[in-house]
Amino acid sequence: MKVRANFSLVMNLDKCIGCHTCSVTCKNVWTNRKGVEYAWFNNVETKPGIGYPKNWEDQEKWNGGWELHGGKLQLKSGNRLNILKNIFMNPNMPTIDDYYEPFTYDYATLQNSELVEAIPTARPRSLIDGQRMEKIEWGPNWEDDLGGKFKHRGADVNFSDMEKQVYGEFEQTFLMYLPRMCNHCINPSCVASCPSGSLYKREEDGIVLVDQDKCRSWRMCISACPYKKMFYNWESGKAEKCTGCYPRVESGLPTVCSESCVGRIRYNGVMLYDADRISELAAVENDQDLYQAQLDIFLDPNDPEVIKQAKEDGIPESWMEAARLSPIRKLIVDWKVAFPLHPEFRTMPMVWYVPPLSPVQSQIDQGNLSTMADGATPSIETLRLPMKYLANMFTAGDEKPIVAALKRMIAMRSFYRSKLVEGKIDLAVLEEVGLSEDQVNEMYRYMAIANYEDRFVIPTSHEELRQEDFHSFQGQNGFSFGNDGCSISDNASLFPDKRKKTADNLEFVRYHPAAKRSDGEVA
Amino acid sequence: MNLSNLLFGVYPYIALTTFIVGSLIRFDREQYTWKADSSQIFEKEQLQKGSILFHIGVLALFMGHFAGLVIPHNWFLAMGVSDMMHQVVAISAGAAFGSICMMGGVILWKRRMYHPRVRANSRFMDIFILDWILVTLGVGLLTIPVSIYHAFSGDASVMVALAEWVQSMLALNSQPEYLAGVGFIYKLHLFLGMSVFFLFPFSRLVHVWSMPLGYMFRPYQIVRTKFVKQR
Repeated sequence: MKVRANFSLVMNLDKCIGCHTCSVTCKNVWTNRKGVEYAWFNNVETKPGIGYPKNWEDQEKWNGGWELHGGKLQLKSGNRLNILKNIFMNPNMPTIDDYYEPFTYDYATLQNSELVEAIPTARPRSLIDGQRMEKIEWGPNWEDDLGGKFKHRGADVNFSDMEKQVYGEFEQTFLMYLPRMCNHCINPSCVASCPSGSLYKREEDGIVLVDQDKCRSWRMCISACPYKKMFYNWESGKAEKCTGCYPRVESGLPTVCSESCVGRIRYNGVMLYDADRISELAAVENDQDLYQAQLDIFLDPNDPEVIKQAKEDGIPESWMEAARLSPIRKLIVDWKVAFPLHPEFRTMPMVWYVPPLSPVQSQIDQGNLSTMADGATPSIETLRLPMKYLANMFTAGDEKPIVAALKRMIAMRSFYRSKLVEGKIDLAVLEEVGLSEDQVNEMYRYMAIANYEDRFVIPTSHEELRQEDFHSFQGQNGFSFGNDGCSISDNASLFPDKRKKTADNLEFVRYHPAAKRSDGEVA
Repeated sequence: MNLSNLLFGVYPYIALTTFIVGSLIRFDREQYTWKADSSQIFEKEQLQKGSILFHIGVLALFMGHFAGLVIPHNWFLAMGVSDMMHQVVAISAGAAFGSICMMGGVILWKRRMYHPRVRANSRFMDIFILDWILVTLGVGLLTIPVSIYHAFSGDASVMVALAEWVQSMLALNSQPEYLAGVGFIYKLHLFLGMSVFFLFPFSRLVHVWSMPLGYMFRPYQIVRTKFVKQR
């Protein structure tokens, strides 16, 4: 057993209103720079739809993620030699039009216009080549609220094994929102595909980052990520991705997308997992077993064995405490209402989703739909969202766990309706779905009320562990000895005396009277 | 010092020093700029043809030049490679890979100059270095007819002289005299070729240093810690 902690998210899709506040705050913080205008580290898709970039879920087209090759995991884009062979031209990489051509408007024409009869217009202009764009044909969220024809949206691969034509009819239409970001996977295929080894997973919190100095623009990660959440900055020639807002997370703050979410749908917290079992559990034969396999890789922070091993593996006590209080763990493990997005990609994603209910209150009021015993909460058969569609998205097509989760969420509503409206405790509805009253009270607190401190349980990072002697670190931030602030990743240097990194030049010895100073002079 | 001494006695050292020291300094100080600078996100089809042909050609040409010019003459003789054989192989391999490289290079050039998105996002050096390589390559291809003439007249002296000049230079004892009997077209190719090394650290060519062969042998996953391992 090797215990590692992973900073993780759950998004409660039942409450997502598709307002894009997460996307906009993320954009403003991270990708409003040249070269990544087209990149959305966080975006919200309307489902069904082909999404952003176009058809990202279709791995027959993009060859992202992992596949089993003789029982062992291999990148779907090929073995290592195949990846190197594609270095001159990556056949699986999307081009800018698969995302959309980023644009701005000629706003100045509005101000500089002479007095004219018709209102002057600001026409669009490409941010790639500066040319006039006569017509904007695609954008980051072109299918917002089911925009466009069903023929086009229906290419969504989550319709596989379904009679999808039925859902093209107006009466059968259904809709849900899917906010997406980097999943900070346990078994990331972007990291595995990087020829220069610039991508890495942080041992302390599991956040996946790109070392910008080491990236050589071989661009294999762009296609290897099955979620298409690796982006190529065409100005810098480097790969960029969601940083998990690590500067915030290290300070115990939620990610910017989570903090700004008006629907309170996002949970941030810690999950423990067994790093020794990744290659075994990510390689289970049947795609539909991958959901269970990922549940199996998680470790229980209350288990004395795990606590002992975690101590040996250097997990700080504050992180163990956070893992015990983790809202993520409650949603995923205790209540089993959250699911990984496309577990069949075999990357073991760490952003999980609570599937949405699809309420149709007016139909119930008219008596057109069957309800639970309380006469007001719709029964699961009446939900507009086809279970198969959700299952294709979250459990590789296995409907049972999805149905069980939705039943629990419905039971919670029904129980609380009885309790609050009619003032009676209806335990029968809980028994049916295997929940206790205590559990449902907690579910209600976390899922319905979702207070800030319940949603976000984020231990701060232990910066003092970066120092051999952290007492000598005191007072060392700010003024430095030359280039410290912009030092590069490698310690090897042409100019060693001037290239001490912040973490190194704080050696206690340096300030000891007898110690040699780095410039050779004896103090 | 006459022009020949300057160009073939001194300039090689300027070019090589710039190549090595320049690369080191850029890697040390400006690693963020160290990249292949792919433009694939803008255009894929022409890149597929152009880039693959160009890279196959240019890698083969580099290895061919290296083997032919750096391996001492008597080693070839010891291996049983006669001058005539050497010349035939050099001419045919050079012509074949030179043409492949040229085909790819022209496709890349056309793409870089005329694809609006690629052009709009090309820096001066991206275009300049591609032009320079193509001119060097073109002049290199022009030496082939002359070499064929030499081969037919059973004269290996130019080939041997070029190799000896390169080796004298690498032995830090450059002797431009070797090139006295070598035709202008060869000399032009030498100058252009040396200049590619000179320009190397200032261009996107630095990505050649980073050929990621280590990827074949490393584990898939990379985990880094920022914490000092407690002892």
